[in-house]
Amino acid sequence: MTHDGIGAPLRRKEDRRFLTGRGRYVHDIVRAHQLYAVFLRSPHAHAEILAVDAKAALASPGVAAVYTAADIAGKINGVPCAWGIVGRDGKPMKEPPHPPLAAGKVRHVGDPVAMVVADSLAAARNAAELVQVSYKVLPAVTAVAEAVKPGAPQLYDDVPGNLCCDWAVGDKAATDVAFAKAHHVAKLDLVNNRLVPNAMESRAALAEYEPSTGEYTLFTSTQLPHVARVLLGVLMLGIPERKFRVVAPDVGGGFGSKQVVYAEEALVTWAAGRLERPVKWVAERSEAFLSDAQGRDHVTHAELALDRDGKFLGLRVSTLANIGGYVSTFGPNIPTNLYGPLLAGAYTTPAIHCEVKVVFSNTVPTDAYRGAGRPEATFVLERLVDVAAHELGLDRVEIRRRNLIPKDAYPYQTPVMLQYDTGDHAATLAKALELSAWSSFAERRAASAARGKLRGIGLVTYIEACGLAPSRIAQQLGARGGIFESANIRVNPSGDISVITGAHSHGQGHETVFAQLVSELLGVPCANVEVIHGDTARSPFGLGTYGSRSAAVGGAAIAKAAGKIIDKGKKIASALLEASEQDIEFKNGAFTVAGTDRSKSFAEIAGAAYTPPPSYPLETLEPGLEETAFYDPVNFTYPGGCHVAEVEVDPETGVTVLVAYTAVDDIGTVLNPLLVEGQVHGGVVQGVGQALCEDCVYDPASGQLLSGSFMDYCMPRADDLPLIVSETACTPSAHNPIGVKGCGETGTIASPATVMNAVVDALAQYGVTHVDMPASPQRVWQAIQAARLRPVAE
Amino acid sequence: MYSFAYYRPASLGEARALLGQIEEASLLAGGQTLIPTLKQRLASPDAVIDLKGIGALAAIERKGEALVIGALARHAAVAASPVVREAIPALAALADGIGDPQVRNRGTLGGSIANNDPAADYPAALLGLGATVTTCERSIPADNFFTGLFATDLEPDEIVTAVSFPIPRRAAYVKFPNPASRFAIVGVFVAETAAGVRVAVTGAAPCVFRLPPAEAALARAFAPESLDGLSIAADGLNSDIHAVAAYRAHLVAVMARRAVRQALA
Amino acid sequence: MEIKLTVNAQLVTVEVEANLLLSALLRDRLRLTGTHVACDTSQCGACTVLVDGASAKSCTLLAAEAAGSSVVTIEGLAADGALHPMQQAFHEQHGLQCGFCTPGMVMSAVDLVAVNPDPSEAEIRAWLKGNICRCTGYQNIVKAIRAGAAALRSA
Repeated sequence: MTHDGIGAPLRRKEDRRFLTGRGRYVHDIVRAHQLYAVFLRSPHAHAEILAVDAKAALASPGVAAVYTAADIAGKINGVPCAWGIVGRDGKPMKEPPHPPLAAGKVRHVGDPVAMVVADSLAAARNAAELVQVSYKVLPAVTAVAEAVKPGAPQLYDDVPGNLCCDWAVGDKAATDVAFAKAHHVAKLDLVNNRLVPNAMESRAALAEYEPSTGEYTLFTSTQLPHVARVLLGVLMLGIPERKFRVVAPDVGGGFGSKQVVYAEEALVTWAAGRLERPVKWVAERSEAFLSDAQGRDHVTHAELALDRDGKFLGLRVSTLANIGGYVSTFGPNIPTNLYGPLLAGAYTTPAIHCEVKVVFSNTVPTDAYRGAGRPEATFVLERLVDVAAHELGLDRVEIRRRNLIPKDAYPYQTPVMLQYDTGDHAATLAKALELSAWSSFAERRAASAARGKLRGIGLVTYIEACGLAPSRIAQQLGARGGIFESANIRVNPSGDISVITGAHSHGQGHETVFAQLVSELLGVPCANVEVIHGDTARSPFGLGTYGSRSAAVGGAAIAKAAGKIIDKGKKIASALLEASEQDIEFKNGAFTVAGTDRSKSFAEIAGAAYTPPPSYPLETLEPGLEETAFYDPVNFTYPGGCHVAEVEVDPETGVTVLVAYTAVDDIGTVLNPLLVEGQVHGGVVQGVGQALCEDCVYDPASGQLLSGSFMDYCMPRADDLPLIVSETACTPSAHNPIGVKGCGETGTIASPATVMNAVVDALAQYGVTHVDMPASPQRVWQAIQAARLRPVAE
Repeated sequence: MYSFAYYRPASLGEARALLGQIEEASLLAGGQTLIPTLKQRLASPDAVIDLKGIGALAAIERKGEALVIGALARHAAVAASPVVREAIPALAALADGIGDPQVRNRGTLGGSIANNDPAADYPAALLGLGATVTTCERSIPADNFFTGLFATDLEPDEIVTAVSFPIPRRAAYVKFPNPASRFAIVGVFVAETAAGVRVAVTGAAPCVFRLPPAEAALARAFAPESLDGLSIAADGLNSDIHAVAAYRAHLVAVMARRAVRQALA
Repeated sequence: MEIKLTVNAQLVTVEVEANLLLSALLRDRLRLTGTHVACDTSQCGACTVLVDGASAKSCTLLAAEAAGSSVVTIEGLAADGALHPMQQAFHEQHGLQCGFCTPGMVMSAVDLVAVNPDPSEAEIRAWLKGNICRCTGYQNIVKAIRAGAAALRSA
């Protein structure tokens, strides 16, 4: 048998269906007699709804129903938040109601106002155009810095200043002391631009109701079917979990936007029950731009205190975070708990204080987007470190070397909550410098200059927290549920294995990598292991996939269940082999009496479990071989590493091209290097997109989304990118039994700051010290123009 | 999409007869603009008249000192045509840079110019080369053809049949693409023709336009340095989130210089 | 109206409305759901199919326009259960993750190799302008297309 367990670059089991057009996404599912839903959305960013008249729409051919806020009042509860945060004054965040269909007021362009259900999509669309809504348009505010100003339009009567929460972390007094004794303070104002996740499969939901049993089934493109069942069923619709099945079949990318629970999912389910016919809704891309939770959107002032030697003494960060028009599922948690505690980065900074004002505005709500808070923290810190190096005249590598947490200082307690388990930052830094040929950069810069181009190089040494999450800590921080993971391993009588996980794969390749894990642990060929996920009717309660948690938490649950299988297998073997249980060893897929050649294969033990031979002690040992485990991590995991980027700027046009990228990531144990590399590539490119081209822009006057399609929202494309060099390092995590740390977000966390550090380096000769993202041609050209107009110091 | 009738006439005469009969009809050539417009419900014609059944309109041939390209010639066919590559390589390169491969496999010359999108590439080639548009009715010089934003000199029942491009001594087209849509933020077509130097700019303004100061400077000496100091007024240029008018004005000058350099290469 | 066309080598006669898109004909009428729709502005390329041998965005074609044409979808590539060399290359090179853009990527790649049997990395990247992927960062797609092209050359 070729090795296809942990560490093997196994090709994916799920590929064939996707490559032959046999994937089954919600878009593809059709139910007999299904109806089609269309949502009428607000064309205004902020308006009072004076009246909704659905008469003409209801009379339109093929229409089954038109629902407005009045029709669902008292029948569907508001969209819930799963993670409430607490302000520095000890008070909970402001959590105004989030009605599934806008009631009284619309708060962003795209806010759903009415739902039309008809027997064809065309009929539904035609009818939606006939719904008459009269609005009283109100002044809107979309920029977070404007929303907090006195006199700004107010989204909610009872949320003064649009302030959802005034949150803080760290020791303010200690940080003030650190700044008081600083030799130098580096300061930086920056913007972390708003992004649109744009999973290629738009969101979709198809619900059906079985009147004979009262059971609902919802097929939806979600990352967390069980959580969706609780939030949609129990909290919004009053459907008990035993009567509600949520299925997330093949899901075409999520990146956080599908870990959010949405009004449309509840409305489709409710309508299916009311109409007793299946109801299907598929978002159009333009609709996705107006209704999928968006990401980032911070305005930050940061200061770093340093001593004479460039050692970091203290860090002060003040951020305004835009959470849009409503509190989204995990919205308030992202710019607070997943941001402030990450500001220690990979450094020994002893005192840190971070305050975040979480602010409403007339924009689409923000929530988790790949990296979720951690790219924002890394961007602040790593830009600021470069600014400090520049101001102190220190080499950018050297200033980092002087401040990195030494390998032997782990486990390391940061001043902002987290305790890191393992890492070796000096090693990943050295490796990245070597792979990127950092030391010979001057030659490449000269070659670019000879062609009239400005070349820049930048680096980042980062750490992140993932593997969400230890339930105890998460609940202290406001999580309204546990964040463990489940696994069920069902050894079938023939010895093949079904693994049912509560994690959900929407591109990550769980069907392969979890099979590899089980293959390794139980010694069965990978081909004999089937991984099942995404169906509340099939798997134990699970938390789904986000925050790079699948391997670290879901994988650990599988390992735990596998341990139980082995334990029971030993009991069976001890009976069959007439040896004491303590003498049974499990190795290479066989149960052996230690020191003998008496052995039973895994398949023999499985067979015996279901067809007990006379020696099987049925009186004391249950038949069957199936185990379930719930794993709650002891702590987060902490992947880290070093990324290096090189860019080339055309000073005449401002066009900035990424010409080289190197990623060295310590992600702990590597389960499948091929899949890890794919995750790193994709993650890096999403961050590169933020740095160089992606930008979600609202018109400040009208609140209209100006980047509402791929015509104006720039998705990175193949010809924007160089070959990415990716290597992994491994200091195994001490926080889970398989030593994994998570690889889904590392790329997106490190790459925006890496690329922008390179962009600023390229423009340094003009005296440019900071450029906001994205470094679009126009913005870079404008930065050069502005710099040319002012005298360069030195 | 709203409902409409679909016709696929087999001849120009049949197509014209349909245009005469139907109140509001849209001509469909490659459909790469029309179909997205219909999908977004931005237009609701009574009928769509698909011209693809009229076979003769896709021909590409050299006629003396001109290259004559049928209105239904697809961008990919123009890009790959040995005749075009030999006679006006800049035109083949322009066609090869339109949209993406799938769009080039469907989109047509006639459709592009009749639509006259302010960010389309072909209008710059027609104006830059001093081409002549042939319709079922008449011949229209490019200088008179493009009249404004999405507007042309075509009558409602007039169908473009071909474009005749005079073969220049040298020419080049350089485009600065919108990073998102890849349409031209600015595209400059420069040609040294028997009738003089012509410089045409697309993307920058509501309609493709010529750049007389650059033409005059290049007429004196066809070299990039001739355009040093060329200053374009930002007044009247397009502004959007990707490029404000001042940036577009700057890019026009940069792209013009680059086009001259490329034409000389 | 009734149209006739060939889909994956089978002659199909089907009643369509004038405003039916080819993508909708394939997905909704013929249940060939491998052709995906991921945008509404004709940019993402997830719906790419071959029409008379050339790649086209099936969301930007009326079904009526395809009358008399031969259409090949992702379902039509594998012959007798064996993956097409380009599909095999995507598998070998890990050129897909969530799979949603994949059918369009593969069809686009098949067209590229038909017009350019030995494309360079830069040529592949340029060709993929009309196909958006959010998962892979394109790197393994580019590798897959190079490998698929090589396999097709030696086939």
